[in-house]
Amino acid sequence: MNNIPTSEFAVRRPPAVSVKTPRNPAQAGNGNQLMADSFSVYYGPFEAVKKVSCAFPVGEVTALIGPSGCGKSTFLRAINRMNDLIPSCHVKGLLYFGGKRIYGPKLDVTVLRRRIGMVFQKPNPFPKSIYDNVAYGPRLHASCSRRDLDERVETSLRKAALWDEVKDRLQANALGLSGGQQQRLCLARALAVNPEVLLMDEPTSALDPKATAAIEDLIDALRGAYTIIIVTHNMQQAARVSDLTAFLYEGSLIEVGATSQLFTNPKEKRTEDYITGRFG
Amino acid sequence: MTIHFIKEVNLLKDMILELSGRVEDQLGRAVRSVMNRDVSAAQQVLEDDHAIDQNEVDVEEECLKILALYQPVAHDLRFIIAVLKINNDLERIGDLAVNIAERTLFLSSLPTATTSFDFPAMAMKSQMMVRQSLDALLRQDIDLAIRVREADDEVDEMNREMYEQIKQGIRKEPDRVDALIHLLSISRHLERVADHATNIAEDVIYMIKGEIVRHRPEPRLE
Repeated sequence: MNNIPTSEFAVRRPPAVSVKTPRNPAQAGNGNQLMADSFSVYYGPFEAVKKVSCAFPVGEVTALIGPSGCGKSTFLRAINRMNDLIPSCHVKGLLYFGGKRIYGPKLDVTVLRRRIGMVFQKPNPFPKSIYDNVAYGPRLHASCSRRDLDERVETSLRKAALWDEVKDRLQANALGLSGGQQQRLCLARALAVNPEVLLMDEPTSALDPKATAAIEDLIDALRGAYTIIIVTHNMQQAARVSDLTAFLYEGSLIEVGATSQLFTNPKEKRTEDYITGRFG
Repeated sequence: MTIHFIKEVNLLKDMILELSGRVEDQLGRAVRSVMNRDVSAAQQVLEDDHAIDQNEVDVEEECLKILALYQPVAHDLRFIIAVLKINNDLERIGDLAVNIAERTLFLSSLPTATTSFDFPAMAMKSQMMVRQSLDALLRQDIDLAIRVREADDEVDEMNREMYEQIKQGIRKEPDRVDALIHLLSISRHLERVADHATNIAEDVIYMIKGEIVRHRPEPRLE
């Protein structure tokens, strides 16, 4: 499937960090801690995300689940300010990354997006070579030598478990890759700029079961090194890959907790009804 | 959840109820066979055990099918897991009923011991625990399940008393030792029946609350 060694008997660690938002998020932001404090996102007058407060533990995988239109993708995109491109979109409340306000006036969005990478639902490689796709970010963010760049491309492709499949055709057009390979290339492209957080918006919804399993194995291999937030409609996927699961409904965060607890014994009836398919 | 899933779960409920009914009947018949030295009733218990075994396999296959096809979560998952485990306990109670009936067959050929002990009380208590644990499953009644757990201590105590009584009986009537040892076995089987009823009650508590209460002191009812 891929060459990342993963133990079948790997012990899933319980979430190491409290999911509650600390009283003073600015002080509590340890390293690259990401947290929301009464954070809302509006499209014009419509409040798509309603006063969400939660912390995303460093190095853990958090799944965002909820029915279509519940605001999970909007929330995810707000984290690296992708919604800035939508004119009617504005935010209220606070969103912190490493103790700094993501929507603060002094924040450099380019730096933010280097530190917080994103992988989208549909693979979207540039119409360039495989090599250039991965080298695109490092070239943009830092001047590095050809040798450094080669190394960065190889490392990123290895992390994305794609290196063995493409090492002999790095100059081939990326659009010639299969859907699953393209998605792993997009992941390699995101990893190439050494982000601390990876946002994934339904990264496997366009992939077949084998390619889905490859991406899920990757998420497992990247756990610990990156804080990962994944939006998924696939309940089993959320249960398989995440340490924490957050359930959003009509823009509000209904419940957040350890995945093992949320899928066996959720506290909120709405969570139970959603995950058991009784609505949504 | 899909209509298919609801249909499958309803089918599983019917299957586990059928198995429960069979097991209760078998246990009742086995107990009566001992009390009345009724060999034909004991034979009937032995003959009917295969139906319980078949029911157990069917329930397990249905549970596996639901797990594979629907990957249930939350209460749905806990229900399937509880049924899988209760299924196993019911089949074991069925086997214990067979063991008790076999003692009847042995006892029927032996002279009756004059040592008296309260076998009906213990049998009634164990049977009641089985019935209540299944009622708790049917009605999702957590208080009833907790009461079943509490009752297990009483049956354990009865078993200990039975042991003492039989020990004294052997001293008093050493020529009836065979019959008395069979009676001791019956007491032990009834105590095991109560243990399985307790397991069922604990699985019902897990199903309702999502909390594994095994190996913990019993929570007392208010």
